[in-house]
Amino acid sequence: MRSGVFGDYRACRRRTPEAAKEVSMRQELTKGFFKRNPVFVLMVGLCPTLATTTSLNNALAMGVAATAVLVCSNVFVSLVRNFIPKGVRIPCYIVIIASFVTIVEMLMKYFLPLQVSEKLSIFIPLIVVNCIILYRAEDFASKNGVVRSLLDGIGMGGGFTVALLLIAVIRETTGNGTIFGLKFSTTYEPAAVMTLAPGAFIVMGLLLALFRWRSLRKLRAATRPAASTPAEATA
Amino acid sequence: MGNLFAIIIAITFVNNVVLSQFLGLCPFVNSSDKTDKAFGMGMAVTFVMTMASFVTHLLYTYVLRPDAALLKMLFSGTRIPEVGLQAVLQTATFILVIASLVQLVEIFMRKTIPALYRSLGIFLPLITTNCAVLGVALLNTSYAAEPLSLAQAVVQGFFAGIGFTIAMLLMSGVRERLEKLNVPEALRGTPITFIATGLMALAFLGFAGMG
Repeated sequence: MRSGVFGDYRACRRRTPEAAKEVSMRQELTKGFFKRNPVFVLMVGLCPTLATTTSLNNALAMGVAATAVLVCSNVFVSLVRNFIPKGVRIPCYIVIIASFVTIVEMLMKYFLPLQVSEKLSIFIPLIVVNCIILYRAEDFASKNGVVRSLLDGIGMGGGFTVALLLIAVIRETTGNGTIFGLKFSTTYEPAAVMTLAPGAFIVMGLLLALFRWRSLRKLRAATRPAASTPAEATA
Repeated sequence: MGNLFAIIIAITFVNNVVLSQFLGLCPFVNSSDKTDKAFGMGMAVTFVMTMASFVTHLLYTYVLRPDAALLKMLFSGTRIPEVGLQAVLQTATFILVIASLVQLVEIFMRKTIPALYRSLGIFLPLITTNCAVLGVALLNTSYAAEPLSLAQAVVQGFFAGIGFTIAMLLMSGVRERLEKLNVPEALRGTPITFIATGLMALAFLGFAGMG
């Protein structure tokens, strides 16, 4: 059904994680920000991404919470990876993640201003089912050492936070006319729909398209010299 | 009765899990490309959500919340019944309950209703990580605006699933048509799905006036 450049693009996306062994520590840290961004490239953890990006403050709080859980669970899982029997590893990871989520939830309740923690309310316990965390535990931390898992957690969590902030800055400026709660213009009439559900979906769709457009363009540039016939090269 | 009706309308349309609460987006995006797949996923989610609402509400009322009966019985004289175990154990308990429930449902269905199992089978394991199920369980218990009775919680769980199914079915109809259109390459697949969802959410905003 899907073919051509798009098919190639999917295939090369699938191939990337296998190269994990050869990547340097530095790449381990930076891959989450752009090349394998959890939100725009891997497309995991969509629910909190859309729900908490109504303002930059909420997005930052959510990003930090998820990063904290991700780093802790990555380190812990990689520490105990040789003791967990293969058959029950997923329930074990879920319990580990749930414990860290509970800790983060309690900390946030005490330290965050009420309006932020109220807005995030249900999405903090829902970090448990955030696919990024289980995915990194299963795909990375269970196969790699502690230091690499720590870097991976920071990188992936950072990439998640950056993605949230990117969506939030668009939604807050257009929908509320503010940046971090401060009004930036007296003449701009905010379009409230951008902070509501429809705005979230549309901004997310456009950003995904932008990311995909970039990868497609890069892929085309990479494959063009290799094309055998001139007809293909100009296509 | 009027109260139950208000809950049904609110959770199915006004606060639709997908289109206004952003719960269960991963299955919504990933399995809404064909109508029969969307229907299967929707039914499986509705089933698990109803069961999970029942079990988690019981657990919350009798074990986890402050002043729960079991805590009073076991730990009378200490401060545990007063504080409750909810803050410490709720997240872990609920997710484990949902995971084991999904397993149980799977085994039960394979033995008793093989036809239904064959049509839903592949969707069942995915439901554990569907945040709509855990989300609704939390909305039924500690995150409820006002405490819900067991019956109200089960009804809310069931109709949250129906709302999810409605959104899935609508989306699958849109996507089956989108496939025949010449969408720009960068927008094909997920991006255009999100934009279509946004337009659908815009329509669902109209229900908010009913509250």
